[in-house]
Amino acid sequence: MTQPKRTGEWPLFEVFIRGQHGLSHRHVGSLHAPDAEMAIKNARDVYTRRNEGVSIWVVEAEAIHASAPGDKEALYDPANDKVYRHPTFFDVPDEVGHM
Amino acid sequence: MANDALFQTLLRLGDNTLVLGHRVSEWCGRAPVLEEDIALANTALDLIGQTQMWLGYAAEVEGEGRSADDLAFLRDVWDFRNILMLERPNGDFGYTILRQFLFDAYHRLLLTGLAQSTDPRIAEIAAKSVKEATYHLERSAETVVALGDGTPVSHEKMQTALDLLWPYVGEMFEADSVDAEMAAQGVAPEPASLRADWDASVRATLTEATLRIPEDTFAHNGGRTGARHTEHLGHMLTEMQWLQRAYPGANW
Repeated sequence: MTQPKRTGEWPLFEVFIRGQHGLSHRHVGSLHAPDAEMAIKNARDVYTRRNEGVSIWVVEAEAIHASAPGDKEALYDPANDKVYRHPTFFDVPDEVGHM
Repeated sequence: MANDALFQTLLRLGDNTLVLGHRVSEWCGRAPVLEEDIALANTALDLIGQTQMWLGYAAEVEGEGRSADDLAFLRDVWDFRNILMLERPNGDFGYTILRQFLFDAYHRLLLTGLAQSTDPRIAEIAAKSVKEATYHLERSAETVVALGDGTPVSHEKMQTALDLLWPYVGEMFEADSVDAEMAAQGVAPEPASLRADWDASVRATLTEATLRIPEDTFAHNGGRTGARHTEHLGHMLTEMQWLQRAYPGANW
């Protein structure tokens, strides 16, 4: 458990919830809490009121490393013009049905 | 009434959850932070949901054609059977959380015992409610420790709250002929039998919260027997029952 921060603003936590067994955790939002344990309890009260989850992860927002919006072109555009990477060039036999 | 002791017992259970549920709901939109606001509202809703079950069964046992709503909104102060601690005003946030903690610790033990009741309806309601009470207790205990062992200001407020609340603790464990009859039939545990476990768990948490436990054993009483309530319950009911008082029979 991380040490509670007793002064100033509570840290921001990002919340991930698994809806049911077998699915992966999905980001559902964020909240403030004094420590990770309270963040899980707050997440339970804020995000699982309507039976949404079977598992909760919380991560301090500052621990997340994100790609920079400014790098968008270099990161994503090169994949745009490589249509052959999509599996749309195979003839699927009718017997297979819906895939 | 053939089964007055059972009726009284169900009123005591349902009035505790109703009165505390209403008090906690008074925080809605006013709690110090958004997350606590939602958590308190959830707790209030859990308690009101439990009330629906306890008073619904009480109305059936009474057999006078009344409903849970009738019992909640059409009775006046002297017919309520909640313990006094729960009807007193919320005070500050620390007081509210500490009151919640002292009650949750008792409520979880009581519901655990009631889940073994010889009355299947009571056992069923208790088994459902104890899961909620267990969560309430986890949450309130953790917040009591955080505030008690927090800043000098939060510690001071929690100690003041504990000193104010302590004289209302004893009523939870008092018993009368109703309790004796229910215990003899195996319907409900004897209140005094819960005290040792309550003391152990509450003292552990309060010690961790660096709070000084008052030595005084004086206990206010009269709420659960209906002998005398504090003036605060009347004021609370004028607000809670306002709609039915202003527009008798209104429904939607």
